[in-house]
Amino acid sequence: MEAAPSLASFLSQLLVGLSRAMILFIVASGLSFILGVLRVPNVAHGSLYMIGAFAAHSIATALGGHPAGFWAAMAGAPLIVGAVSLAAERLLFRHLYEREHLMLLLFTFGLALILGDLTKMTWGADYRSIVPPPALQGSLDVLGTALPRYNLFLLLVGPAVALALWAVSTKTRFGKIARAAAVDREMVGAIGINVSWVFAWAFVLGCVLAGLGGALVSPTISVTLGMDHTIIIEAFLIVTIGGLGNIGGALVGSLLFGVTQSLGVLVLPQFAIVFPYLAVVLILTFKPTGLLRSVW
Amino acid sequence: MRPERSLSPARLWAFGLWLALFLTPLAAGRFTVYILGVILVTGLLAMSLNLLVGHGGAYQFHHGAFYGVGAYTAALLITKTSLPAWVGLAAGPAAAAAAGLLIGSLCIRLNKLYFGMIQISLGSLLWILALRWYDLTNGDDGIHGIPLPEILSGSGPTFTFILLVVGVCLLGMHRILESPFGTTLRAIRDNPQRCAAVGINVRRHQLAAIGIAAFFAGVAGVLFVVLEGSVFPDMLFWVLSLEIFIMCLLGGWFTFFGPMVGAAIIVLLRTVVGGYTEYWTLILGVVLILLIFFLPEGLMGVGHRLRVYRHRAAGAPSRGADRAAG
Repeated sequence: MEAAPSLASFLSQLLVGLSRAMILFIVASGLSFILGVLRVPNVAHGSLYMIGAFAAHSIATALGGHPAGFWAAMAGAPLIVGAVSLAAERLLFRHLYEREHLMLLLFTFGLALILGDLTKMTWGADYRSIVPPPALQGSLDVLGTALPRYNLFLLLVGPAVALALWAVSTKTRFGKIARAAAVDREMVGAIGINVSWVFAWAFVLGCVLAGLGGALVSPTISVTLGMDHTIIIEAFLIVTIGGLGNIGGALVGSLLFGVTQSLGVLVLPQFAIVFPYLAVVLILTFKPTGLLRSVW
Repeated sequence: MRPERSLSPARLWAFGLWLALFLTPLAAGRFTVYILGVILVTGLLAMSLNLLVGHGGAYQFHHGAFYGVGAYTAALLITKTSLPAWVGLAAGPAAAAAAGLLIGSLCIRLNKLYFGMIQISLGSLLWILALRWYDLTNGDDGIHGIPLPEILSGSGPTFTFILLVVGVCLLGMHRILESPFGTTLRAIRDNPQRCAAVGINVRRHQLAAIGIAAFFAGVAGVLFVVLEGSVFPDMLFWVLSLEIFIMCLLGGWFTFFGPMVGAAIIVLLRTVVGGYTEYWTLILGVVLILLIFFLPEGLMGVGHRLRVYRHRAAGAPSRGADRAAG
């Protein structure tokens, strides 16, 4: 008598955790990619995620709740974020690459402060949310458990992004150059490649992923100011336990983070959010460089 | 090799200023005295970070964690136990130093940026505990109305106490940086491999520096409790840690008083600008980026360079970079 409901709640919590992990992965993989190529922890990443969520809401609202509005938002918001990051990189960031890493980190922090307030100016402090298209509303019945369709959709998107990112970094010319530039910037420049633009596109690609994460999360949470602060800490933790710059590590870290938290709800609801942090501490105590190999 | 042990003009000026500040509660209003207290506490925190980052070369990304540990230890011991308040106030820095050594021993195994990332992770664990352990910490609301010893009641005595403690701490930090230990620390910052090669235990020195810096951050945390009578989880949040970096950058790394100057400017700017606009963060971000582009050495750093030029113009040899501003 007890088994059935607890299996159902286990399954639905697992799905919540996995779909949360997919969002975390999309954001963290962007952070990890930038770390791998530019060697900069991009503190502004969380702000770009927040801008992605707000922009998605604006696009969906502008199209008046038409189902296509959702898809336009999912495509348009990352592009807006990409444009913002490209502007920041070309106008400011590229002049700093020769500086110490601490300065690069502080620059991205300055960017985060500015983008945070610009978001407040543009969208205000209201709570917003997006309605997914009819095809992704409601839930599917699996083993007697109602699983929300949108969460299942995220389970498809996450691996797709992982696959695409893996393909870009290992199979394309750009990916190979970017990884080479990460190891030896001068050498790559010496063979006639414009390293500055390689870094720019690597930065933009990472930031676009933050924007995509923000757009995808917008139907599941209320979009509001302050969502940048929590995601950036979570993304930092994930890339650290995964191995800095390792995209596969970001996937492992995200799954660990999302699932420990959602299953923790079943054990100790009040402290559910502490579980992933404890997992991080345990991992770092025994394996300080992360679970998978760092690219550094 | 130490010709000007305690008589350099900068030190005399600082000492004179410190003495003069004792008079402010008599002359100035409550608000001015309060803001001066905020500057001293924040400045001590920034100087403790600079001890480690500017002189030790360690990427201490989450220094605010130790500030928070000091403050929360004092607040919890005072409100949750029947121990005398002084015990709580004294335990704060000790707990911060212990946390520094514990977290430091996990971070120290790794190189610069990894060190910083792991520290953000571990510090954030403390933040999330302060935020979520509602029964103990009151969560987001923080702990308010912390009862303090009778002698610290009123803004005048509070300020005098803060000024005294900050003065002692500055003296202590200065002694540490001038000692052989401080010299070794700077040598490690400049060339860790060579230091290891000549037989210096690099990690042990850096770990000790982390413990010392965390201790002084804990003192700043306790002084925050004395000043405000409350603590908040935001004290442990990573945003605060990076804000302290801005103060060090503005005042000048590698200089002794720089971070205090930076803290004073930021606190004053926030007090003034915050009265006109709700977009203070935007202004802080712009200031930070301008600093990175145009003033990476900070105000004191530039001052030092000007002095070196003038010395050179007058035919005098320049002094060592890290001694000049002391």
